[in-house]
Amino acid sequence: MSAVTLIDLALALLVLGLAAWVLATATVFRAAVGFVAYGLLLALVWVRLGSVDVALTEAALGGGLTGLLLLGAAARVTSGESEAGQPPWALRLLVGLLCAGVTVGLAAVVLLLPEPSPSLASATAASLPATGVGNPVTAVLLAFRAIDTLGESIVLVLALVGLWSLAPDRAWDGRPGSLPKVPPTGALTLLAQLLPPFGILVGIHLLWVGADHPGGKFQGATVLAAMWVLVLIAGLREPPRVTSRPLRWVAVAGSLLFVAIGLGGMGWAEAFLAYPDGLAKPLIIVIEVGLTLSVAAILGLLVAGPPAESTGRAADR
Amino acid sequence: MSAALALYTVITVSLGALFFLAGTLGLLRFPDTLTRLHALTKADNLGLGLVVAGLLPQVSTPLAWVGLIAVWLLALLTGATVGQLLAIKVRRAAPDTDAQAATEAEPRG
Repeated sequence: MSAVTLIDLALALLVLGLAAWVLATATVFRAAVGFVAYGLLLALVWVRLGSVDVALTEAALGGGLTGLLLLGAAARVTSGESEAGQPPWALRLLVGLLCAGVTVGLAAVVLLLPEPSPSLASATAASLPATGVGNPVTAVLLAFRAIDTLGESIVLVLALVGLWSLAPDRAWDGRPGSLPKVPPTGALTLLAQLLPPFGILVGIHLLWVGADHPGGKFQGATVLAAMWVLVLIAGLREPPRVTSRPLRWVAVAGSLLFVAIGLGGMGWAEAFLAYPDGLAKPLIIVIEVGLTLSVAAILGLLVAGPPAESTGRAADR
Repeated sequence: MSAALALYTVITVSLGALFFLAGTLGLLRFPDTLTRLHALTKADNLGLGLVVAGLLPQVSTPLAWVGLIAVWLLALLTGATVGQLLAIKVRRAAPDTDAQAATEAEPRG
């Protein structure tokens, strides 16, 4: 057994062990922290499988952003209202059975794949030059299966609408209030002032190289959103009011642009979301830039939470 | 020359790994949060620094050097900040244990 196989084996065992620990651990907070580590380990697994695009997404969204949302939820659940007790055992059993069913189903699908497994990789590679982009993942996401990506971007808008609809009526004019309240300290202020220039650069870089190398709008947008959230948590800026028109336009601009270009495809090419010859790459870049801004805004707003009643952030809670 | 550089890389990266190991041991074994933070940030600062220093001769383009050093500097910045924030939280939560703990470990690493 070579050293590389040993490392892979250790990684696989670590992922399985951590997954079991997250399920078994006593408090939600520990489970959320374990889930963040799990996401980072999973990103390493994707790197080992050669899917750097997926690894970047997993690290940014699965580990970072989802972890942050789960930590916020854990803090909320343990801080009061839902401490009434655990759900009834029948419900827990049902949830466990359903989850186990999903796992078994997925395992069956993977194990029952015919040999050699069906693949569209060669077809994708053959059609890649027509799109003008060099990264096959980007070509699939924004040309061959653009409809899926369009759906994803709209789902994000719906998620934001769903989150905002949790706000009580009287809080509607307020600012998002779910971010942790930290007393201002010099260290955090310094970080929130120093890091964003680098983070914004990294975010734009991820977006830009996505055309030809691993990266893309979701990864770039997550980094941008993280920088925004850092500035908000440090208290350097207030989160915007959800009633703000410009904010709402930014949130939907990417999806609108995508739909508009898609509809244009019915005129200048032959189908919805088809790109005219030679213009595929510029149009893809326009869509990616628009989506990056919208996704970054939406992710930041999702972390910031529904509007809360108090006007000042410090006065809340 | 390249053999000497390879040797340098192996030694420096191994030293870095040793610091990570020691930092992890400290994280697991040290008695309170402040000393654990000290162990953790030490591993980040020195361990990662040595790994980066060891890898520098292995990359050829100046841009890759800048990238590696930037990774280290950013880890320093975030590590120091998180250390400070956690330490402040600990002090506010338990002001009595503050005095002796603070003399043992400044969480700057």
